[in-house]
Amino acid sequence: MAQIKLSNLRHSYRPDPRGDDDYALKKIDLTWEDGGAYALLGPSGCGKSTLLNIISGLLVPSEGRILFDDQDVTALPPARRNIAQVFQFPVIYDTMTVYDNLAFPLRNRGRDEDIVRQRVMAIAEMLEVSDMLNTRAANLSPDNKQKISMGRGLVREDVNVVMFDEPLTVIDPHLKWKLRSKLKELHQRVKATMIYVTHDQTEALTFADQVVVMQDGEVVQIGTPVDLFERPAHTFVGHFIGSPGMNVLPCDVRGGVAFFGDKELDLEGPLAKAGEGRAEVGIRPEFVSISGNGPGVPATVRKVSDVGRHKVVEAIAFDQRVHAILEGEAPNAGDAVTLEFKRSQTRLYMDGWLASTPGGGA
Amino acid sequence: MKKQNQRAWLFVLPVLLLVAFNALIPMMTVVNYSVQETFGDNLFFWEGLGWFEQILRSERFHAALGRQLFFTVMILIIEVPLGVAIALAMPRQGFWVPFCLITMALPMLIPWNVVGAMWNIFTLPDIGLLGYFMNHTLGISYDMTQDPVAAWVTIIVMDVWHWTSLVVLLAYAGLVSIPNAYYQAAEIDGASNWAVFRFIQLPKMKTVLTIAVLLRFMDSFNIYTEPFVLTGGGPGNSTTLLSIDLVKIALGQFDLGPAAAMSLIYFAITLLASWLFYTLMTMNDNKA
Repeated sequence: MAQIKLSNLRHSYRPDPRGDDDYALKKIDLTWEDGGAYALLGPSGCGKSTLLNIISGLLVPSEGRILFDDQDVTALPPARRNIAQVFQFPVIYDTMTVYDNLAFPLRNRGRDEDIVRQRVMAIAEMLEVSDMLNTRAANLSPDNKQKISMGRGLVREDVNVVMFDEPLTVIDPHLKWKLRSKLKELHQRVKATMIYVTHDQTEALTFADQVVVMQDGEVVQIGTPVDLFERPAHTFVGHFIGSPGMNVLPCDVRGGVAFFGDKELDLEGPLAKAGEGRAEVGIRPEFVSISGNGPGVPATVRKVSDVGRHKVVEAIAFDQRVHAILEGEAPNAGDAVTLEFKRSQTRLYMDGWLASTPGGGA
Repeated sequence: MKKQNQRAWLFVLPVLLLVAFNALIPMMTVVNYSVQETFGDNLFFWEGLGWFEQILRSERFHAALGRQLFFTVMILIIEVPLGVAIALAMPRQGFWVPFCLITMALPMLIPWNVVGAMWNIFTLPDIGLLGYFMNHTLGISYDMTQDPVAAWVTIIVMDVWHWTSLVVLLAYAGLVSIPNAYYQAAEIDGASNWAVFRFIQLPKMKTVLTIAVLLRFMDSFNIYTEPFVLTGGGPGNSTTLLSIDLVKIALGQFDLGPAAAMSLIYFAITLLASWLFYTLMTMNDNKA
């Protein structure tokens, strides 16, 4: 159990990195609090697996330090860091039984068979695999194999952190949901720090208390699922989280006022700093409402998709595509409508980064 | 049930003909010979199972079979662990991979009779590199044309030199197919190098090793050319393996009946041993 601190971390897979582009991780400063449930979210190739392998010790970073409770572990091999990692594809020892698989990490550390038995039984019960303990692990289904991999990660009671590297990739959709809630439950029971790497926002948002969003080797935002949804710090987070993602509309800023086309938009609050650069307005489709002829941005409906619980309307306003999520009645394709943006959820982004501050009217 | 079109079987006909002419029909003539006696002039007399009885009771056959088994067991004991060890030591990536692979493959590309001739010259006490070095530089008496022990050592070393590569390449193929995550997981689980070998590498190599052992068993049990060129079965009968003895009976003494019976017994042993081995190696695969 420990607080994990990454300080000034940089990593390149090249021996002689030159520019920032050569770095898989550009500059990471992060603290993982003891006992937290974290998700590391980002598209494929953003450096999240690299970061994970650096924490576990499978990779040594080019620059920077890793501290476990202020002890520098940067140079320690994985076995001496007392961490656990679950991989994308289930890793099981084919020739062993399920019991022996779960006992393996403990036996390698020379624990008493009594303790081994007690821990294995407890973990097997948590994962609901008690009835398979004497089965050869090679004969299990993929989801049970992945459960055993997870079990090996959780079987040591004193691990500093358990890391999951996209562990549900090979699992059937209907079992994914079960395993995901199982993991959440396990976190509450074992209270170890857990880091869950994924590119799937649903997995990240349901598992984690804190989500770390990464892009191109950089941390873009750290926050609770609600933070990420409501106040994305970067348009990337707005796009990446939500379905459909945030509407990001180019605009002009004149005298602290944002104009979309020729319409003035009411922002959530004043700008943090007046700056030059590419200005965009961000508003989630959930906060766009449509009326026949009210005040607001004139638009034409292009497409309406019924996704079950609600309808997603795609409209064109000043040559930009704007999504709106509506409950109940929706206009038809081709209708001329006006779009209204909820003021408290209308944010301004300068060069991609959030520039407006909360505090405006309703 | 829907009536099925059976005409597709016609496509198998060419293969059937080919196999008939190159295997089944020659094999049947051997079966014919094995139950008959002939004195030439195409005159044949029914002999029943007499030749089989004679072969199975003959001390000469027992001795040759014993030598054959000894040879095969020896080369399996040496080549399989050695091959696995070399495969483990080979680099998995980088510049040296193709170099190692090609070097390993080279001995297997040399024709068998050339291998025999090479080792024959190599070990000659007066002009061979190894023979001269052993006798004149180290002062160890080494002459495989005189000494049965030297002859045995030579044919075993020759076979190890020629065929260990096969085990290496198969084991290597098994090793490189292991995903990296297995090694990483083992490292995190605190596994020792031995545990990694015992619980990851060996199980993952099992299928290819089964094939390697099977191939090496069949090839070494039927080996003829190399020992024939190297020692000719000598000195005396000390390296006369089953196949060499068989050729002596069939073509040296022209005893077609006993030779045919011996061939069939020989064939049955090879088949039975291969089947037994394969069944034993794979019978645990589906067990819970």
